[in-house]
Parts: sequence; structure tokens; C-alpha cells
Amino acid sequence: MVVAAIKAKDYKSGVKPIWCPGCGHFAILAAITRALAYLELQKEQVSLISGIGCSSRLPAYVDSYGFHGLHGRALPLATGLKVARPDLTVLVAGGDGDGFSIGGNHFLHACRRNIDMTYIAMDNRVYGMTKGQASPTTAPDWSHSKMTPHGTGVRRFQPAAIALAAGATFIARGYSGDPKGLTRMLVDAITHPGFSFLHVLSPCLTFRPDQRSWKGEVHAFAAETSDEPVAAAQQIHADDGMGLGIVYAEHLPVWPPRQEPTATLATLEKEFLV
Amino acid sequence: MNADVPGLQPSSFSVAITGSGGSGAVTAGLILLEAAAKTGLYGLMMRSYGPQIRGGESASLLRFGDAPLACMSDTFDLLLGLDWRNAGRFAQEIPLDASSIILTDPAVGAVPESFSASGANVCELALTECAATVEGGRLNMVAVGAAAGLRGIPQETMDAAARSILADKGAAVIEAATACVALGYKLAPAPDVPAPGSTANPLVRWNISGNEACGLGALRGGVRFVAAYPITPASDILEWLAPRLEGLGGSLVQAEDELASINMIVGASYGGVPALTATSGPGLSLMQEGLGLAVASETPVVVINVTRGGPSTGIPTKSEQSDLNIALFGMHGDAPHLVFAPLDVRDCVFTTQWAVRLAEHLQTAAIVLSDQSLGQARAVTDPPVAFEQPFGRVTEMSPADDYRRYAQTVDGVSPMTVPGVSCGMYTADGLEHDERGMPSSLAADHYRQLEKRRHKIDAFDFGPQWAEIRGGGDLCLVCWGSVSGAVFEAADRMSNDGVSLRVIALRLLAPLRRAALRQALAGVKQVWVVEQNQSGQLCHYLRSHDLLPVAPRLLAKPGPIPLRPAEIVKAVIEQT
Repeated sequence: MVVAAIKAKDYKSGVKPIWCPGCGHFAILAAITRALAYLELQKEQVSLISGIGCSSRLPAYVDSYGFHGLHGRALPLATGLKVARPDLTVLVAGGDGDGFSIGGNHFLHACRRNIDMTYIAMDNRVYGMTKGQASPTTAPDWSHSKMTPHGTGVRRFQPAAIALAAGATFIARGYSGDPKGLTRMLVDAITHPGFSFLHVLSPCLTFRPDQRSWKGEVHAFAAETSDEPVAAAQQIHADDGMGLGIVYAEHLPVWPPRQEPTATLATLEKEFLV
Repeated sequence: MNADVPGLQPSSFSVAITGSGGSGAVTAGLILLEAAAKTGLYGLMMRSYGPQIRGGESASLLRFGDAPLACMSDTFDLLLGLDWRNAGRFAQEIPLDASSIILTDPAVGAVPESFSASGANVCELALTECAATVEGGRLNMVAVGAAAGLRGIPQETMDAAARSILADKGAAVIEAATACVALGYKLAPAPDVPAPGSTANPLVRWNISGNEACGLGALRGGVRFVAAYPITPASDILEWLAPRLEGLGGSLVQAEDELASINMIVGASYGGVPALTATSGPGLSLMQEGLGLAVASETPVVVINVTRGGPSTGIPTKSEQSDLNIALFGMHGDAPHLVFAPLDVRDCVFTTQWAVRLAEHLQTAAIVLSDQSLGQARAVTDPPVAFEQPFGRVTEMSPADDYRRYAQTVDGVSPMTVPGVSCGMYTADGLEHDERGMPSSLAADHYRQLEKRRHKIDAFDFGPQWAEIRGGGDLCLVCWGSVSGAVFEAADRMSNDGVSLRVIALRLLAPLRRAALRQALAGVKQVWVVEQNQSGQLCHYLRSHDLLPVAPRLLAKPGPIPLRPAEIVKAVIEQT
């Protein structure tokens, strides 16, 4: 039986997003649906896992399986799902606060494990849902939050550098204002066997109207994709954080290795016999 | 000795073995337990350690009898002192009296005051000298041989036990051990008790720890995904499960912390695979938000809490029953869920299996309250009964176009799809939601979902396993978990003394079976709640539900020392 090709718009659930007009996340949602259509993935084979925040509302807007979980805990939830159900395509979506603040520890270990999933971190350098606090990727001197009226004074979290150091085997940066490039990166990220980290710059016009300037600041990464961590590290550290492209991609063993069953419960229970 | 009071309680014999690091107190205990098991005796063994990571002093605490044993006795009949370095730390856990025997070699030093003050009889044997005559000979094997000889355990049975326990150590070690055991038999006075039953009868017995039993119950229940973060005293469950899950085609993932563990099992369960983790108090505190997510999203999960001394870091290696409150009330919001507590080591198998099946069926979070004294005790017991599983996850494999994940149903359980099932897509959510799972802040949706999540649990027929009830009469003792063993034994003693009483040992703590409990308490004029914590958590819980016919008396004793039958008897009799 021939399954009719699914169009990108068919992946949309039709639920109206809560995002503000002009939010970068609309374009990311569209890019995800186009990537899924391009890859001809059946809806029921896709699971979209998220945490809490504006970005994390995304699963409800896609007609696939999904879990809107706890703040910062999307990656472990997705890990449990993927290990139990390796047949599924698992995508994780969340924001900079969800992923790099409360979710920071899980981010490190997910990169380390090299589990086969795609993590889309939608970075607007602010906590939008809770109305405008600084996030780990906010500049130290941004003083528009009531919680940190003088700015945080703390240097920015470096998602790509940390992903590389933590062991992610695919690291890319996209931009919601570059939908074609983003879609291509998503396709590559999803098809990459291993942990794909896709850092997407996605402006929040409500709490970071200054991010309108991103359009003129983004640029391509200076070099081609590297499969060599030292070269990739140099690229990342030399970059101003606005470089777009796949900076690092390498094929390493995907975790976990699969085992075939070798025992039954009945044979197991014999160990207790006196 | 308390061993031979006829017809009253299990005829039992208790042995303690203490020694410094490397003295082999635990190995000797394991061998003695195995040998006693081979003669057809039931047994119970606990261990105690000093604080060092390796090489600290240790004690084996054993009890044997001809009926199943679920607690340590009031005093020990025999104490083998392999040496006395730092042994004083175990004195409180090894109560002796004037009928006890301390078996020791004067060459290792004098018996400490903390033991000799009991008036116990000191029996001096040349253990060191004997061990020295055997190449590679060790004092602990001479001592345990003497103990076995004293109790009439056949020497060949001890040899078989030594071969089994020391199998990994090689032939030379086994040979030295059995040679020392033989010397011990020669040193021991002739047994003054009848030899235990012959091994000719094919009695089927198991030698299993509480933690292993919980692991087995999980596997029997269908768990095939486990997330693991090490914590004393629950790590054993996870380490037992790791290779065995793999062997069955399942997976165990070592998580980076307990926050990851609980979320991983929610994810695996969402994917359709029954999932579980095990932890202790501090870990359960961390897992509360994740448990709430399981409840709100109606995703089945099981968390085994092997409780230890609290609060906070507390006393990691000792038992206490002070996590009832957090198991019942740790989640924010109105979050009905399941809380279970196995009654003894063997019951850990059934209770965990039952918890898994019910969590799966009722699509909720289940907490199993084991404790350190169950988890790390080894029991020689009847094999656990096979439990036919009449219920499991209610799935929808062919959903209609208008599939609604959280649809209202008569029993409150909504058939759930899993990823992979076409037309069944939904986004599970911790946010309150409508019947389709879409986030909703509308009152009607919140009331509907709250009621559904409560009703599905309240309306379920849990059957008779919610408690173990014995006896009758107008005096009632109520308890849960490991304390039940001592309560049952105390009740047997009082019953034999003519006191008419009943015991209700709860296995299902949430939901509380109010009607069944009222019925079980009908006619009761005096209620004692017995528990191993300071604040009387069970007592307050029962009172808050207005279930007790009279104001209860409370025997609440925190860890680290276990409650013994005699102190329960004393409290009840003195205040009756």
C-alpha cells in the first residue's frame, strides 16, 4: 500500500500558538514541519518532548506524539523514551532558560551519552513566559529585568562550546530568520546518528525588542563543518555567537548499545533456591 | 534462652558475629545462614557496619527457627566475638542477657564491658591457635564451626554452605575454610538441642534479600526500563536489576541524578514500557515534581523508597519509617496516587509486583515504602507465591479519529495510546488539560480531570491484600512495613498470655481503605499504633481520616535500633 506523501502543513496540529506576533518560534515550527515532511516520517513515529517556557509549548502545535514535561527535564524524559523505544524519532525542544539554567546538568549528560536524538534549543536570551528575566545566555549588562536591575554581572553561558566539551557529536546554529537554512540543518540533525544539538537564535520581540538587530548580525561560520573537536572548538571560540551553520559533526558509537535477550524470568529465579 | 518456649512463637535461635575489618564476620554469617537453610530452618540475617568505606568493623545478626521469621528476637543467644576492636558500637544492636553465651578467644582481648555487663556467659576457645594450624586458616571459620556444632548443624551441611558462599574464592580458600570449620566442631561443646530436620526432604526454600525481592517483584510485574542513581540503601536493587534486566531484553540507565531518574521513567512509560526506579529519602524528595508529572499526565511509574534514618542526610545505613509523610503528601496540588509497604522480606516480591500492576492499570504514580532493615536483610523463606496479574495498562491500539486521551470513563481510567499507534497522537502534559490533553485553565476541565484522577483510584477494588489482619478482640495494634514482624510476634506472646487482640498490618497506605479499615476495627476498644519514627506519622494519618474508634495510643520509636517484640509487649501491657 502506498502511503500518501505528507505535506508540511499536515504536521501542524492546528492549535493556535500562544506566541506573540513576530516571535521567532513560528518560523522554527514551520521549519520542523518541513523537515519532517522532507524525511517522510510518519506522524506516529515522531515524539516531540519539551520542558517549560514559550519554546516548550511547541509539541502541542505539531500533530505527533509529544510530552510537555517539567522545566529543565525534557532531555531525561526524552532519554527514557528513546532508550525504551529506539524505533521512534525523538526531538527535544526548549528554550535557553529551560535548557541551560535548570536543565544545564541534563544538557551535559545528554551530550555525553550521544543518544540518537535531536535537541532544538530556541534561544532568545530571556525568560519570556515569566515576563522578562535574564537567562544564562543574556549579556551581563542587560539591565531591563526587575530581578537583576543592574544586569546579572555574570558572563554568558556558551551553548555550542559546552556542547562540544560535553561530547555532542553534531553541533549547529540556526536562526529563525533563515528558514531555508534552518530546515536543511534540521534534516541533517535528525538524520545524524547520535546526539544532535541545534542551537537556534529566535528573537523575542516582546521582551528583547533589541533583537531585531540580529538580522544584520548573523553570518555564516568561517569554516566548513569539522569532524575534529579541536578545530571545531577554535571555530566556536572565535565566533561571536552569531555564526550560522553546522560547525561540528562526527560519527561516534551511538548509545546505548543494543542487547538481545538471553534469559527468562524462570531461569533468573533459580538463583534464590537454597 | 528464648528459643524453646513451647507453642508460643517460632522456636528460634539468635547468633551475632562481630569483628573488625577483614575478620570475616559477614562471610561467616552468610555461611551459617546458608547451612541452616539447607537443614530446613527459616532464617533472617542483618548486617551492621562501621562508617569506613572499606575495612571497617562489621557485625552479622542472625536468627533461625522452624517457622518464618520477620524480626530479630529480643536478645541474642550466642555472640561470636572474632575480635573486639570497635565492637562497642554494635552493643545496642546485640542485646544479651544472663542466658546468652559469648564465644571468644582470650587471645584477641577481653570482652568489652558493653557486652559483659549483661551477665552473659563467656566461653573461651582457642580459636586463634586452631586457625594457625591450617594453612590459610582463619579464625572466623573456626568460630562459626563451633557455633554450628553447638546447634547440631551437620558438618557436611556447613561444608556445602562454605563451598557455595566461597565459590568465587577458589579451592585453596574453600579447603582452608572447611578445615577450620572442622576444628570448630571439635572445640564446641556437644549440642544440647535436637538436630534440625534432615535435608532429605525436598523442602523448597529461597535465600533472598529484601532489595533483591523488590527487584524480582518489579520484573514479575513487567518492568523493563529502570533508571538508576546510587543511594544507600537502595543501590542493591538497581545493581541486582542491571544485568538481569538486560538479560530479559530490558534496559537500565544510570542517570545523572534523581531528577533525571524520575523523568526518565516517565518518558519510558509514556513510550509504553513499564518503568521503575529505586531510591531513599533524599532521592524521593528530589523526585516529587516528577511524581506529580506522572500523576497529572496519567503516566504509570513506580518508585521504591528504601527508607533510612532521616531527616535530610540522616543515618544512611540504618532503618527508620519516617518517610510516610513525604510518600503521602510530598507532591504539590491535589495529586492522588498509590503508596504501598511490604510487610517482610518475602512480601517485597508480591508488594512490588502488585504496585507495578496497579500503577500500570490506574495510570498513576506508585511509591513502595521498603526500608533498610528489609532491603538489606537476607531471609530464608518459603518461595514467594506466583501472583496472577488480572489487570494491567489499558491501551487503545485502534483509536477512532476523535481519540481523546483523557476522556471521561465510568471507572476513570482512559485507554491510552503509545507512540507508534496511528491516529492516537496526543501531547501528554503536566499542565491541566481538557479531554484531548490540550492545556486548559477552565474550571470545568480542572474539576473534570481532578475528579477523574481521584475517582479512578477511589473506585478501584483493591481486594483483600490491602492489609494483613490476624486475631480478634478489643485490643488492636496497627502498623506497617518492617515493624509488622515484631508486632505480630508481640501479639502472639500476648495472645498466649490470654490477651485478646488483633493486628492490622497495612500493605496499602494510599488510598486508605476506609470502609475496610472501619470494618477491621469494629468492636475495638483500644488501639495502639506502632511505628519506627519520632512523630507518629501513621497515627496522625489515621486520626486525620477519623477512622479510629477511640483515641489511639502511640508507640513511636525512631531508628536506628529496631523495635523488638518485648518492648511492644511491655508498652501495651503496662498501659492497658
